[in-house]
Amino acid sequence: MTHTPKMRSIWYFVGLVLLTMGGLVFLAAVIDYIGGTYGNTVLAETRPGLWWGGIMLIAGVIFFVKNRNSVHD
Amino acid sequence: MQTISLGIIDWLVIASYFAFVLGIGYYLKRFTTSESDFFLAGRKNSSWVAALAFLSANLGALELLGMTGNTFKYGISVAHFYWIGAIPAMLFLGIYMMPFYYSSRINSIPGYLKLRFDEKTRVLNGFAFAIMTLLVSGINLYAMALVMRTFLGWDWDVSMWISALTVAVYVTMSGLMSAIFTEIIQFFLIWFGLFLVSIMGIIEIGSVQDVLNRLPESLNTLWSTTGDPSQNGMLVSWAGIVLGLGFVLSFGYWTTDFLVVQRAFSAKDLRSARMTPIIASFFKMALPFIVILAGLVAIALSQDPKSGFALLTDGGQPNYDSALPLLIQRYYPTGLIGLGVTALLAGFMAGQAGNISAFNTVWTYDIYRSVINKKASDAHLLWMGRVATVAGVLISIGTAYWAKSFPSIMDYMQAIFSWVNAPLFATMLLGMFVRWITPNGAFWGLVAGMGSSFYLFLAVKYEWMDARILTMSNVASDMAANFWRAWWAWVICFALTIVISLFTKKRNEAELVGLVKGLTAETAGEHVPFLKRPEFFAIVSVIVLVILNIYFW
Repeated sequence: MTHTPKMRSIWYFVGLVLLTMGGLVFLAAVIDYIGGTYGNTVLAETRPGLWWGGIMLIAGVIFFVKNRNSVHD
Repeated sequence: MQTISLGIIDWLVIASYFAFVLGIGYYLKRFTTSESDFFLAGRKNSSWVAALAFLSANLGALELLGMTGNTFKYGISVAHFYWIGAIPAMLFLGIYMMPFYYSSRINSIPGYLKLRFDEKTRVLNGFAFAIMTLLVSGINLYAMALVMRTFLGWDWDVSMWISALTVAVYVTMSGLMSAIFTEIIQFFLIWFGLFLVSIMGIIEIGSVQDVLNRLPESLNTLWSTTGDPSQNGMLVSWAGIVLGLGFVLSFGYWTTDFLVVQRAFSAKDLRSARMTPIIASFFKMALPFIVILAGLVAIALSQDPKSGFALLTDGGQPNYDSALPLLIQRYYPTGLIGLGVTALLAGFMAGQAGNISAFNTVWTYDIYRSVINKKASDAHLLWMGRVATVAGVLISIGTAYWAKSFPSIMDYMQAIFSWVNAPLFATMLLGMFVRWITPNGAFWGLVAGMGSSFYLFLAVKYEWMDARILTMSNVASDMAANFWRAWWAWVICFALTIVISLFTKKRNEAELVGLVKGLTAETAGEHVPFLKRPEFFAIVSVIVLVILNIYFW
């Protein structure tokens, strides 16, 4: 009997990518925050890496968890 | 401009993107066992997957650097490319044309021309498309190298070769499926990586209205200054926008360009294929909130000496395509800068992968099997597709050097589309909706349309002819000339195809069943409730389009 592999859903990979990259962006912002440093960019005091990286991370988690067992249709 | 020093996390973000696209290509290789898998992704995608890929295939260098740069040059009227210059055509494809395309089970647009007309029309279009695709692919490489050099100070040649080879590797492994997977990932990366530029611009300036208030009327309105071409940034009248961009260029691109239509062919059934461009239309309408808004922010900042924002210059001329990278540098700290660079890279690489996957299909089916090796087996075609992928990437590298000599990426793109797609749209329109159009009418009409468009391009470029004759106005920008050249090429092809068809041999109607309206049973969606039909979603899309145009009138 041959085993036919199931292709993972594209949304699973989207989740992985957002999770990884959002996590890295968030991590960089957290390091700056803990160190009390700002970058030399305009509006750095709003800490965009923290909230934008956080949004990306949450989106990644949702995509990843929701599609971790789904297959490509 | 000082090149940016990337931190270790920025490098990790960029490296993870390369790891993901190569890893996905390798993962999908085991599922790519037939030519159908390689060229059409097995025809098993949902409408959402096909729709995001459909949109993303068009979301390469053109959309990112080119459109933001053009907004700096021409103002908010560049949004016409996303609204009047895209949405009606996308909806027309989904509602009227897709049933003919999908039901005939063709592998490519030239494949439809073979069924509807004859072999010579197919080969003519196959060659034209293959050449056009490789030229456009060269633009992607050029834009990518520009970003690498601007941001990172990388050598132009090295960055171009690295990115091109990465695309070659993952498309060679798993064809259209890997292209589609990476296009969808690119879609998310572009939103997460670049929308923040517009948000930060709005935070700095105050509001969208504050941004618009800082611009002259010629740059901050869509339609109200188009009665007189000299009063708007693009120097084009409403007639040029509607006929040249909204009708010919837009319909020519979105309904006949195999690069985007190929994604709809990968859908699992006819309804999904019809929904593909309709779903994509909603996302297309949202894209100006990334690229156009960023361009408007760049204009507003450049007019304020205290902002310290200014475009780069090349030989004393402003480099419009530097607007977006400069905004990323302005707003993005460590971590985000890696994400911004990755979003641009993703746009370029997925755009190039889209071009290469369309090229390898047309080359293999419509040129190689049609002209060179008519008895090729499926396994041989799969091999040829992979060879064509590598060859296409190498030729693209050559065309990238040519693209460098043009001042603005977008002007170059429109010139190419008006050579190939504008007359082809006349051929397809007549072929699908008029049953007595003949093979010789289609072929010679197409030859005349393409030839005249190319001649008009050369005539204006080398000043054999004043561009104002073409545009029928006292002023004319490159963009206005592109719109009007497309219109005239379409008219010439349309008229000649009809005239020649009147005097040449028609095909038997029995051979045209399923290919021409009136000879094809219209059964699509007849048992589906209206609220679930493609027509309903198309109506909603039109309503959103009208609201956007009125709001920014």
